Amino acid sequence: MITKLGVATAYVSDYDQALDFFITKLGFELRTDVTMENGFRWLTVGPPASPEFQLNLTVPGPPMHDEATAAALRELMAKGALSAGAWNTDDCRKTFAEYTARGVEFIQEPAERPYGVEAVFRDDFGNWYSLNELNDKALDQQAMADAFGSSTETP
Amino acid sequence: MSAGSAAVDTLVAVRRARDFIDRNYADPLELADIAAAAGYSRFHLVRAFKAAYGETPGRYLQRRRVERAQELLRVADLNVTEICHVVGFTSLGSFSRLFSELVGVSPSQFQRDAHAAGAPLIPGCYILMWGRPLPRQTPKTATTEKPPAAHPS
Repeated sequence: MITKLGVATAYVSDYDQALDFFITKLGFELRTDVTMENGFRWLTVGPPASPEFQLNLTVPGPPMHDEATAAALRELMAKGALSAGAWNTDDCRKTFAEYTARGVEFIQEPAERPYGVEAVFRDDFGNWYSLNELNDKALDQQAMADAFGSSTETP
Repeated sequence: MSAGSAAVDTLVAVRRARDFIDRNYADPLELADIAAAAGYSRFHLVRAFKAAYGETPGRYLQRRRVERAQELLRVADLNVTEICHVVGFTSLGSFSRLFSELVGVSPSQFQRDAHAAGAPLIPGCYILMWGRPLPRQTPKTATTEKPPAAHPS
């Protein structure tokens, strides 16, 4: 039985820029940075409040990807189609202010949602993430069905 | 790899234009402003944007405004005319026409149906405070970056 998510992957265009974004701007910690004999670099970071979680940062390319796959991933990243998930915070508006001051690019400022307060930002590579301050209804299936039920009729 | 990089550079540029629309849809946007966000001419932007996203930037802006209006019609304690202006339309007639075309029902009907379903309403002043797009390129200092305090209704 699985207990929790340990590692997720975000594609980035450059390892140094990725460290600058996730550590300097978002305040994450470096978890692992090792380069294997075949050139594969295993680089992971994570928020200090989630010491067991690792976000793996990977530049598309060899040895993991053939050139066509790497090119497709670079394009999807560039056009803003990829996301590596939704982050939780205790105070969305405060985190929004801190991150904006550090130059993080938000595409949606904090807004009330049925499940809490949510903002949306991009990393420096085009990936988008939600930034959520969840309320007590966020994981309540009935409350979420009530909140979103009225929108299911529209295509 | 130079051909691939050029394609990626184009996609980054059109994404900047699309993010610009997502941030500033509530303002009266001109195609020239959107193109400037990508660093492209208007003609070049429309062509590259459509190639990447399958629709023109103008159509994307319309759909974004209607999508935001749907959200507000569901949850905000504002009337259709107020919502029309909050999401960036200047004419109620063109808002209603476009909304009906994209959603299939008029804004008033959509709002009646949503409220009948009983979603709790968020006070309108709160939406007005927080529903606005970000200020454009504000100086990046801690004091000026502070957003307004949460506004009691």
